[in-house]
Amino acid sequence: MSASDDRLATTLLRPLERGGLKWFLFVGFLAAVVGCGLFAWAFQMWQGFGLTGKRWPVFWGFLITNFVFWIGISHAGTLISAILRLVNAGWRRPVTRCAEVITAFALMIGGLFPIIHLGKPWLFFWLVPYPSSRLIWPNFRSPLVWDFFAISTYLTGSLLFLFLPMIPDFALVRDRATGVRKTIYGALALGWRGTTHQWHRLETAMSIMAIAIIPVAVSVHTIVSFDFSMAPVPMWHSSIFGPYFVAGAIFSGIAGLIIAMATLRRVLKLHDYLEDIHFENLGKLLLTMALLWGYFTFNERLTAWYGNHTAEYNTFQATQNGVYSPLFWTMVLVNFVIPVVILSIRRFRTITGCVIASIGVVIGMWLERFLIVVPSLAYKFMPYSWGTYAPRPTEIVITVATFAAMTLLYTLFAKFVPIISIWEMRAGEHAPIEEMAPAPEHRLGETHA
Amino acid sequence: MAHRWGMAVDLDRCTGCEACVTACRAENNIPTVGDLQASRGRAMHWLRVERYFEGEFPEVKVKYRPVMCQQCDAAPCEPVCPTYASHHSDEGLNAQVYNRCIGTRYCANACPYNARFFDFFNPVWDKPLHLQLNPDVSLREVGVMEKCTFCTQRIAAGKNVAAAEKRELKDGEIKPACVQGCPSKAMVFGDLNDPESEISRLSESPRGTKLLEDLGTAPKVTYLQAMEHA
Repeated sequence: MSASDDRLATTLLRPLERGGLKWFLFVGFLAAVVGCGLFAWAFQMWQGFGLTGKRWPVFWGFLITNFVFWIGISHAGTLISAILRLVNAGWRRPVTRCAEVITAFALMIGGLFPIIHLGKPWLFFWLVPYPSSRLIWPNFRSPLVWDFFAISTYLTGSLLFLFLPMIPDFALVRDRATGVRKTIYGALALGWRGTTHQWHRLETAMSIMAIAIIPVAVSVHTIVSFDFSMAPVPMWHSSIFGPYFVAGAIFSGIAGLIIAMATLRRVLKLHDYLEDIHFENLGKLLLTMALLWGYFTFNERLTAWYGNHTAEYNTFQATQNGVYSPLFWTMVLVNFVIPVVILSIRRFRTITGCVIASIGVVIGMWLERFLIVVPSLAYKFMPYSWGTYAPRPTEIVITVATFAAMTLLYTLFAKFVPIISIWEMRAGEHAPIEEMAPAPEHRLGETHA
Repeated sequence: MAHRWGMAVDLDRCTGCEACVTACRAENNIPTVGDLQASRGRAMHWLRVERYFEGEFPEVKVKYRPVMCQQCDAAPCEPVCPTYASHHSDEGLNAQVYNRCIGTRYCANACPYNARFFDFFNPVWDKPLHLQLNPDVSLREVGVMEKCTFCTQRIAAGKNVAAAEKRELKDGEIKPACVQGCPSKAMVFGDLNDPESEISRLSESPRGTKLLEDLGTAPKVTYLQAMEHA
């Protein structure tokens, strides 16, 4: 083992091998918040769904907003990491695992919301096509059933995609550990010995997963958008929703990834691995998505306004100039104006700049989902049945608890698994020069001499 | 021949007295949620009377429009239900199977008429109000959707009586509670598949319109009013 190898393993495995009081306090605090969320959910089941702020005619609110938001955040990881792997971007190496973990946990959290928001959550398994004794199947025409398939496929795929490149690292931890830890990591390493044959298998499996996961990721958020666009509700019934949701999802996903990476860099002192270049590149990606998001939003709103269909126009006005306008303009500010200003000026595209823009985007994208779900329901076709919506304590507690749950799961993961893929970093350090050098062939925009 | 139930509401006859609303509540065991919940938008009215004002003061005209489930032939609430709780019956009704409902509330969002209501809490009837419950109508529990059924229990009872007497159903024999309770005879109920029935005649009337007809939901409720040609 070379000196740099050893340095890598020592730094990156440090969090796994040392604990601390601060860590326990932090985890305890997060667990308490998550506990409050679970209690709120249990209390809501016991008392009745009326503890939430849902009302006639706004039957979806915070919980569905959270659902769409977290499924969106989940697009950070697997999709970005798969694309970066496929184009073989050298700078991806320290980023991929942080990203893939976000996907796995955000999906687990997001996937819970369709269940939390049910009137009878204990009957959620009726969405599952199991051979029941009464021969009743779910209604395959319902977008909610499509959701079930989309999310479970994506979750399975992302977990595999996350797990595969962890195998060599588990083996590394196994080889350094003793006692129970050795047994556990040994089991997770699946008998990894590092033979050429095994490396070959791993590379093949990872390329298959990287290609397969991209269409799955795109389809998932498209299907989530179908929950809305399939219903004849003003400003929901729109063909732009599929790509709009996917773009928004990747947008919020990158923002989540930047925040997570900056936090890891500071807390785990990974300055040597998560460098300026990573934030710079992700910042550019975030800028691209901000512009794309602005383009989609402009399209969506211009057609609603110009089309001048009564119900759509009323919803449009309520969002743009009515009761929801403070939220709408905040969204435009933090989703578009601030990120575009910060990220297009090179001097501001620092780590701090990227994090500020990302926090804005996460807030803005949550607001975007809220503004998609609620105003349309509140301003459906018949003015007599227009309504309002305001969240009540259970929903707020559950929402806060999901952010704590994400942080908690991430903290625990970083404690038990090397958050930066050690073997991939090594591969990067030993990479042949050709891989890093620019492609020698003719490139777009070049003129023939 | 299979029945296809429909209704007509004559808006020129409707006085907005809300007798239909009261009759509907009494017939269908619709829970009363209390003032606090009502203020939070949880009041349930399978049938509501919408009130609209036309013109400027003092030339104001008040218009009433009783709105219930329109029993659409192409109902947006049906395909979105993941469990078939909301489905189309053989007689063209949008049936809601309470025991199959898991409360996604997707149907209520998809309904352009906002004719669906959710049981946010387990309904309670303070004594002695529990004695007034209609034994022919099942009570709903917390977490399910409910809506106008065109008084499906009365349809079933009417068909049973006719079958026992070995005869065909007569037009107008079956009356949902709202139709029966209407003092100005503004509402008519009957079989759209019977070309001789009054409802068939009224639903073809030039005075008739359907609610939000351009959405393509094909409602089976016809609203009748004198056409004003400006």
